[in-house]
Amino acid sequence: MTDTYTVPALTMAQAAQPTPAKSSPKMAARDLDFHYDQFRALKDVNLDIAERRVTALIGPSGCGKSTLLRVFNRIYSIYPKQVASGEVTLDGINILDAKYSLNRLRSKVGMVFQKPVPFPMSIYENISYAIRHYEKLSRSEMDDRVEEALAQGALWEEVKDKLKQSALGLSGGQQQRLCIARAVALKPDVLLLDEPTSALDPIATGKIEQLVAELKDRYTIAIVTHNMQQAARVSDFTAFMYLGEMVEFGQTTQIFTKPVKKQTEDYITGRFG
Amino acid sequence: MTTPHAHHIVKSYDNELNRLTGEIVRMGDLAVAQLEGAISALTARDSKAATAVISGDAAIDALELEVGRDALQLLVARAPMARDLREVVAALRISSDIERIGDYASNVAKRSRILNQNDPVKLASSLPALADLAGELVSEVLAAYSHRDADRALLVWNRDEQLDDLYTGLFRELLTYMMEDPRTITPCTHLLFMAKNIERIGDHATNIAENIYFLVHGEAVPQTRRKGEGVYDTQAQ
Repeated sequence: MTDTYTVPALTMAQAAQPTPAKSSPKMAARDLDFHYDQFRALKDVNLDIAERRVTALIGPSGCGKSTLLRVFNRIYSIYPKQVASGEVTLDGINILDAKYSLNRLRSKVGMVFQKPVPFPMSIYENISYAIRHYEKLSRSEMDDRVEEALAQGALWEEVKDKLKQSALGLSGGQQQRLCIARAVALKPDVLLLDEPTSALDPIATGKIEQLVAELKDRYTIAIVTHNMQQAARVSDFTAFMYLGEMVEFGQTTQIFTKPVKKQTEDYITGRFG
Repeated sequence: MTTPHAHHIVKSYDNELNRLTGEIVRMGDLAVAQLEGAISALTARDSKAATAVISGDAAIDALELEVGRDALQLLVARAPMARDLREVVAALRISSDIERIGDYASNVAKRSRILNQNDPVKLASSLPALADLAGELVSEVLAAYSHRDADRALLVWNRDEQLDDLYTGLFRELLTYMMEDPRTITPCTHLLFMAKNIERIGDHATNIAENIYFLVHGEAVPQTRRKGEGVYDTQAQ
């Protein structure tokens, strides 16, 4: 009888290590400052977001992590007193430059918020609405795109028979997956997720996390989360921010087992800072 | 004295970690006492004392179960991270090493009872010395654990070689007795197993030292220690 035991190719810890990212990051913040009027919310932040990897941003409330996401797609630009300085590059081009078209940026960098915000229209229109804004498609082409987006949002099987129904009738978890589907419908490069599961139950959270694992093959993902276990589960890299500063950045396994900075250690172990 | 866990925002988390590490220290104290008891029962040919050591092992086993339960509870309720996670993982590993040390002490006591059923033999002179050194290494490594002192743990880690050398000498000594007088083969074989058990206790002290290093630094002990061939190249002459 032959010995059937085979040595596993990778240990779990090895498998959890992200494969090295390409040397040039997909997105990067360079000496980034951000002001809400007089308040300096980001202080000289430098961060690389690796392509087709998940980067988690963690830190206490008010540390600037959501602000950083808002800068990544210039959502702040509608407020006159909010100012960013420094650079944020996407494929090496500075997106903070006023010449960088906001339309173009929004099609390349999609965003999903903490609270699911479906448009008050049908499930189908929630997806087609944004696509129509950017592309002129035939009815059948649009049907395909809607199906593709809903499938990528892991929602197609649940909603394919009720596409004409209002999106507001979906459960919270379904609404959030609809929002992710809506974000990926434009085939962006980068997906920004701002606490996407904080309002969801564990099952819906699990579905979103599974979705993130699937989406990272195609998209570069940055996720803000207050749930440290979630950051440890879904991300390849983790950045810890505190009072507007980037305190520590590293591979997720390292950050959660052996952080270098005391501030990081105190935060993730739940100690007084 | 253990370095108490403090400063968690949730105070009961500190208490749970302190309880866990306190259990390890208690286990360690018991294991050291068991080893001392086993050796004094052997040298005094005191079967009653040996029996007490054998039954004393249950207390260590019970504590190991407690450590397992408490560690599980901590993992479930607190989802510990970073240093806290390493504390829990190290506690689990160290408790299983101490439990084995207790088993070996109990084995020594069992064999000493068997030896007492026969005529006294000249006790291999270095067996108590071997046990003393093993006991010292265990006490030292537990002190290193109490103080979370990785350097102190590394000293123990490096001293295991001394124990291996003593064991190799003892092995030769017993072989010589057996060759000189085949009637001593039975008691000497028991003594040989006892020596092996004590030598294994040193290996577990080494494991504990490695876990203390991991606990403090978050990584494995970097250098590899020279491993002598020991008894494996000892020729019967």
